[in-house]
Amino acid sequence: MSVYLLGIESSCDETAASVVRDGKHILSNVISSQIDIHALYGGVVPEIASRNHIERISEVVDSSLKEAGLTLGDIDAVAVTFGPGLVGPLLVGVSYAKALSFGTGKPLIGVNHIEGHISANYLLDPSPEPPFVCLVVSGGHTHLVNVHKFGQYEVLGMSMDDAAGEAFDKVARALGLGYPGGPKIDKEARLGDPEKYEFPRAHVDKNELDFSFSGLKSSVLNYLNSLKMRDEEVRVADVAASFQKAVVDVLVSHSMSALDESGIKRFALAGGVASNSCLRVGMEKACAERGIEFFVPPPILCTDNGAMIAAAGYRSFIQGKVSSLDLNAVPNLRLEAM
Amino acid sequence: MVLLSIESSALVASVALVDEDKVIAEYTVNFKKTHSQTLMPMVDEICKMCEMDLKTLSGVAISRGPGSFTGLRIGSSSAKGIAYALNIPIVEVPTLEAMAYNLWGSEKLIVPIMDARRDQVYAGAYSFDSDGLPSSVLSERAVSIDELIMDLKKIGRAAIFLGDGVPRFRNAIDEKLDLDHSYAPQNNSAQRAASVGSLGILYLKRGISVSAFSHKPVYLRKSQAERMREDA
Repeated sequence: MSVYLLGIESSCDETAASVVRDGKHILSNVISSQIDIHALYGGVVPEIASRNHIERISEVVDSSLKEAGLTLGDIDAVAVTFGPGLVGPLLVGVSYAKALSFGTGKPLIGVNHIEGHISANYLLDPSPEPPFVCLVVSGGHTHLVNVHKFGQYEVLGMSMDDAAGEAFDKVARALGLGYPGGPKIDKEARLGDPEKYEFPRAHVDKNELDFSFSGLKSSVLNYLNSLKMRDEEVRVADVAASFQKAVVDVLVSHSMSALDESGIKRFALAGGVASNSCLRVGMEKACAERGIEFFVPPPILCTDNGAMIAAAGYRSFIQGKVSSLDLNAVPNLRLEAM
Repeated sequence: MVLLSIESSALVASVALVDEDKVIAEYTVNFKKTHSQTLMPMVDEICKMCEMDLKTLSGVAISRGPGSFTGLRIGSSSAKGIAYALNIPIVEVPTLEAMAYNLWGSEKLIVPIMDARRDQVYAGAYSFDSDGLPSSVLSERAVSIDELIMDLKKIGRAAIFLGDGVPRFRNAIDEKLDLDHSYAPQNNSAQRAASVGSLGILYLKRGISVSAFSHKPVYLRKSQAERMREDA
């Protein structure tokens, strides 16, 4: 007997739903992005995101079922992101999923968004078996995690200030590249010289596996300001490439330290920034040099999506972990609290 | 014809089961817990209490706004999910109309006012037409209490106020409105899902409903970011 999970995700500016069979096989993966709307404001506006989620959620869920060739009655459980994320957007998905669960009598499963990103790796073939080290990097999160087993996580390091993706967004804005910053900088950087500028690789004293990107971001912004004052031309591609390299260097070196310290031989990337080509290449190379098995989901599973939520939800479901109808959105939900 | 009705436009969380003749069940909580925690357990509770076979529901009536943006979305998302799962329509009931329906039959003008923050109220003014439906004498709007009072003076009719805007603006109304006016007692003053459902039944009988896909709340206000962008 196969188990079908419907996964719903609305923690930021993507309304997404997916049907996954047995926690592994993606039958549909529908993502309705609001990027164009938020680009007008240079970033995600929570109220606008919430309003768009509610207008789109029914169609997104319906499409995910139709593409899977199933009806709601075929689904065994409804999984939904309940945090971390923006509270307004989260509440749309959570309320909707609870109502589906009530209307169908099928179990409801609340999923941690970060656990969802990590679980995107379970959709790969082959997929990493815990224990493995996972770096989750996105617009809102930078987490270096030791995945002991499903549901049991040890956060080895996290960002003390800006998330990696946030730094990309801010630098992209300063460079006039627009929003979202990650893909724009990635593209621009291909034309530039990553060794042209030496931006600082910030390390945090207290825990050497923690991250800090605000110093790097400020350093880039200060440099751009100084050029402006002197009325000098900005070499956009070189700045983008050098900034990107500084971020990637730190992400790679911390990940390798975590692997060295734990002795774990498997490493997985996850989160929206995991789509960054420089990061993918850099991490793969570093892993290969150490004989570490490297996993990274395709970009469509790195961005926020419902499949990763269904993948995580499936694992909770078979462990008997279900949520009740009073499930609330928890904007600052921690991974270790799961 | 049984409707499940949901009201979460303000602090009150209220759900009800209503048919053509009676309110089968109503569960109303005016407490500080968030709708996100209370609403669906309340829906579940009344349906179980009344041994409701969900497949026999004719629709979901939703208090469609105006009101708290977040509160409206929790109600609307819930209504959309239930309606989609059961393949039934959604009946959108204007929140202020449903509030006015609490005081059905009055000869006086019914003026629901909701605290809309930013020194405004969401308000309208209603009387009842020959069908017994509320008809708006003053359409729903977000205005300052002074503007509302000026409009009421122009209409010049005796009025009954209700809603959570009353405690906040009662003094201002008493001071500035020189027309006969009074305030609804607490049992009729707040949003009630029974009123949403009763009105919903009348709408549904007239064939007025939308699909689970097309329903969205009516906010009466743009987001702050949109307003700022337009002003810039």
